[in-house]
Amino acid sequence: MDESLVFLTIVGMGLVTYLPRLLPMLLLSGRNLAPWISRWLAFVPVTVLSALLAPGLVCNDGKLDLGFDNLFLIAALPTFLVAWRFKSFFGTVATGMGVVALARYFL
Amino acid sequence: MKRDFLRGVRQALPIVLGYIPVGFAYGVLAQKSGLGLMNAVAMSVIVFAGSAQLIGAGLFGAGAGPLALIATTFVVNLRHLLMSAALAPKLRGWKKWQIAFFGYELTDETFALHTMRMAKEHPPMAETFGVNVTAQFSWIVGSLAGYLAGGQIADVRPVGLDYALPAMFIALLVPQIVKPVYLMMAVLACVISVSLSLLGFSQSHVIAATVIASTVGLGVEQWMNRSSS
Repeated sequence: MDESLVFLTIVGMGLVTYLPRLLPMLLLSGRNLAPWISRWLAFVPVTVLSALLAPGLVCNDGKLDLGFDNLFLIAALPTFLVAWRFKSFFGTVATGMGVVALARYFL
Repeated sequence: MKRDFLRGVRQALPIVLGYIPVGFAYGVLAQKSGLGLMNAVAMSVIVFAGSAQLIGAGLFGAGAGPLALIATTFVVNLRHLLMSAALAPKLRGWKKWQIAFFGYELTDETFALHTMRMAKEHPPMAETFGVNVTAQFSWIVGSLAGYLAGGQIADVRPVGLDYALPAMFIALLVPQIVKPVYLMMAVLACVISVSLSLLGFSQSHVIAATVIASTVGLGVEQWMNRSSS
């Protein structure tokens, strides 16, 4: 592809990304939602983040990997602990990355 | 107003800590996929979505056509539909252009941060935009740095940097688990997402797991309310 076609493709990718981001909040922001819809939506932060997180921790090359040699899974333990115990967002991200870096360096 | 904006900048710093390395990884990949500098950075400005950009750069490198790229991006990013709806009730009284700008920078991470910020009160708008603008700025800086360093780097996964995304998801997830039923549905969403992902639904697994687990959660909550009253 030449560079201008690449750019047009990127614009198209941007458009199909933007519309789902924009339309629900644009259409729903002024309205009163039915209580059951609000309660359903209240589950979304927890469920979407879990769904995003889990495959990265336990899937390796399309296979389930729950072994002790799965660094991403093992590193999640101290990361979860810091998130839960200290409630520090910054500390949690730093812990996760730090543990993985140290494990790769020393192991 | 300036003070509010700066407070937003500060609140976004944990996201910056994650976005610089992930953006860097994208930049390296974009460079290796043969994208031009302008287009690689344009994607971070126009699309601004981590996993979709990493997949997109890979597809460009593999010689995929425009339609395949746009369709894949659409599917991967469709989950934002749910996040946008979930935040909508918090935006009462906002002007249309303000919503348009806010929605442009809605990512997994800014969404999670805003749900926490907006859970109890209405934070100042300048603070909200401070978060978003800082997040995207760091994403663009990371992408640019990665692209420029791309020629020197053989491995796309430098020490610990590839763990930025999982660590960020953990940091954003844990504080939101405030009820037992949320913990149950977090586990359920993990199981469904992993199962679908292993079955080969590697692009629609997130939205499917989110919809199923949220629906089951609503049912469980209704059932618990009924049996307790």
